[in-house]
Amino acid sequence: MKQFAALYRELDATTSSLAKQAALQRYLQDAPAPDAAWAVYFLAGGKPRQLVPAKLLRLLAQEAAGLPEWLFDESYEAVGDLAETISLLLPAPTDRHDMGLAEWIEAHLLPLRKTPPDALPDALRAQWQRLAIDERLVYFKLITGGFRVGVSKLQVTQALAAVGALDPKRVAQRLMGYTHISGQPTAADYAALISPESTGERDQKTSGQPYPFFLAHPFNLPLDQFDAALGAPSQWIVEWKWDGIRAQLVKRAGQVWLWSRGEELVTDRFPELSVMGDALPDGTVLDGEIVVWREDRVQPFAELQKRIGRKTLGPKLLREIPVVLLAYDLLEWQGRDLRAMPQQERRALLDDLLASVRHPSLIASPVLHGESWQDLARQREAARAMGVEGMMLKQRHAAYGVGRTKDVGTWWKWKIDPLSIDAVLVYAQRGHGRRASLYSDYTFAVWDGPPEAAERKLVPFAKAYSGLTDAEMAKVDAVIRKTTIESFGPVRSVRPTLVFELGFEGIARSPRHKSGIAVRFPRMLRWREDKTVEDADTLQTLAALLPS
Amino acid sequence: MVTAPPTSSGDLVVARPEGLYCPPGDFYIDPWRPVDRAVITHAHSDHARVGHGHYLAHTDSEGTLRTRLGEITLQTLPYGESIVQNGVRISLHPAGHVLGSAQVRLEHGGRVWVASGDYKTEPDGTCTPFEPVPCDTFITESTFGLPIYRWPTQAALFAEINDWWRANAEQGRASVLLCYAFGKAQRILHGVDPSIGPIVVHGAVEPLNAVYRAAGVALPPTVRVTDPGVDAALLRRALVLAPPSAQGTPWMRRFGNYSDAFASGWMQLRGTRRRRGVDRGFVMSDHADWPGLQQAIAGTGAERVFVTHGSVAVLVRWLTENGLEAQGFKTEYGDEDTEPVAPAP
Repeated sequence: MKQFAALYRELDATTSSLAKQAALQRYLQDAPAPDAAWAVYFLAGGKPRQLVPAKLLRLLAQEAAGLPEWLFDESYEAVGDLAETISLLLPAPTDRHDMGLAEWIEAHLLPLRKTPPDALPDALRAQWQRLAIDERLVYFKLITGGFRVGVSKLQVTQALAAVGALDPKRVAQRLMGYTHISGQPTAADYAALISPESTGERDQKTSGQPYPFFLAHPFNLPLDQFDAALGAPSQWIVEWKWDGIRAQLVKRAGQVWLWSRGEELVTDRFPELSVMGDALPDGTVLDGEIVVWREDRVQPFAELQKRIGRKTLGPKLLREIPVVLLAYDLLEWQGRDLRAMPQQERRALLDDLLASVRHPSLIASPVLHGESWQDLARQREAARAMGVEGMMLKQRHAAYGVGRTKDVGTWWKWKIDPLSIDAVLVYAQRGHGRRASLYSDYTFAVWDGPPEAAERKLVPFAKAYSGLTDAEMAKVDAVIRKTTIESFGPVRSVRPTLVFELGFEGIARSPRHKSGIAVRFPRMLRWREDKTVEDADTLQTLAALLPS
Repeated sequence: MVTAPPTSSGDLVVARPEGLYCPPGDFYIDPWRPVDRAVITHAHSDHARVGHGHYLAHTDSEGTLRTRLGEITLQTLPYGESIVQNGVRISLHPAGHVLGSAQVRLEHGGRVWVASGDYKTEPDGTCTPFEPVPCDTFITESTFGLPIYRWPTQAALFAEINDWWRANAEQGRASVLLCYAFGKAQRILHGVDPSIGPIVVHGAVEPLNAVYRAAGVALPPTVRVTDPGVDAALLRRALVLAPPSAQGTPWMRRFGNYSDAFASGWMQLRGTRRRRGVDRGFVMSDHADWPGLQQAIAGTGAERVFVTHGSVAVLVRWLTENGLEAQGFKTEYGDEDTEPVAPAP
């Protein structure tokens, strides 16, 4: 327990993912396997059923601390977290222990749920009296189910992979179901997470491993150079470029795995796609895009964001924000790796497959046809209205490559120009890593009224940190230091003097933003040294860009 | 015969717009507006302000007061000695807050009042430890007036700081510890293990070190970044003490990939620690924690308590429920710990 509490402290103390990764790996290497088994369970998001009613905990803590209710409440208000409040208020420990995390969970915490209510107060008091102050924080967080320490499941996966010298994707598969609510991970379960790959796992027929994703390159030439650079459009398969989550759906040996491009296993985030996968024959791998699909059309990425990051997916959410897989490639069919096959043949097989499966959550990304590049360019003008980012151009004879390679074929992304607006820099924050001492991350604002408005204010609406050269950034940094109004830790508010043209890919209404508007992928297109703050755009010009 | 209104309440200290005022003595304690006569509990800027006609403070405050306020008319008193001002006997008693910090004891017409200024009950080795002074009425601060504030012992605190510094030095990176230049910096210097590595101090800290050293407080050797021989290799093993306002300034760039920490009582809470945006928060305050406040108030034997700056409402209610006659005094003392980070020049 001491070791786990120390890990919690260490993870909590830093914001650096490198430091977190190092701390996780150190813990996993040092901790006894039964403890590591539980540590992984909690760090990866596992949560046992409620052990003790929070109300009872409050009452006992208040009593033990000898405080009236109002003073406990005042304290709780100042702290903002029940587990932390309680651990700060209880009298110092009177007893000691040398039990590890596993023993605490299995012999003490989990049995609390079966303890009769009249025996619960004594049981709890006996437990916390043995715990040191920093252990208590973790203990109460585990009891109240509020255990969160800024570590993602992916980071835990990566740490396990490093400890076991394994492919993180392999670990991700082994972690499936590990954090189940009634899970009781043992030393053997932990050993299985980091053991060398078995022959069964290596067998392509039963493995859940995806293929490395083939990635596209940006294509930005003027239209009149398309013929020279690409040849005729007939040499290319042209599709819309969807704004969703790139994913591979793997169906083998009766099981479905859904992988995102970040090599994250997301099967349980999209249950409807998992069900759809059941309808596919074994030995099938699809490549496509997960999008929210309603009224026969793709919905903005902002809709998808409402589902990402949700811990529980209730029936209401699944009904209101349904997703589909827009499939555009077939990487494996009848257990055979098709990646060396020409693009157009894979596409033909895909179309056959989709026609025979006919599942509402599986839609073919349509192939677009054009007489000429000019014709396609005209069609591309509809992209914004359709909610797509532009077009994809895939060589008809291309094989499916690995990552951002061009050796066996090329995919181009021919994106529409970003939306843009002139905005004023109002806050600056120091960057990380190479930009650690520079003010490189900026918050931008637009006016809330037209120039003639009597008392208009700047309303922050977006943050951006890319798009400037090092030389420009150094100049901007100097201006920020000279125009600082106030510093709050690493953030400074500045007197508005700098205007930038910001580009972004999408725009949507958002009640969570002060401006009422959220933009996607904002970045600086250029520094408008020619413009004054008064010339910057307004919320009205921003709102005019909203899709109708 | 009609008695004069100013002292009709009989109180030895009342709150006035200028500050806490002693009507029979006709002087103020730590006033925040310019007055003729001021008794100063300690030299922190929210208690010792410029512009008063006459200052009375503890002998050990002379150095810091003159450093901070320049030319002032200053009378000093050692602890325990008294002077009489308009019939009010005034004496100063150790408050354990910073060097020269004092509680002000007032005696008049058989009544004894004590104004504590800021105080800390645990001895730290850099100033005379707090002494409870028996009185009828006690004026207490309440900066950390919630039971969630309980300080670790000096030993535990410095073990933590030393471990952090040592681990950084072993990894070849500087340990930048942000702390207030007056009081906390010297406490850290006095308490850390100087065998771990060199100690570098910011320009705002060194003058106060000099005052402490002159008062006979043992502080380990310190260097400034501009001193000869201070190179990148030295900085990588160093403990660097800097005021919070140095956070994010170009001055910090020379330390490269440093680890930073903040020393304050507010670091007790995870939320404040995280909002500070530093790697580590050390729970270190020159104010009393909750048990310290209770102990100090009980130690005076006072039946009446006035509560100033901090959790006034909470402490007043708590003391009232515990049978004391308690009420709040509205003051303009900030708290060193809550001072916002100064804007960069």
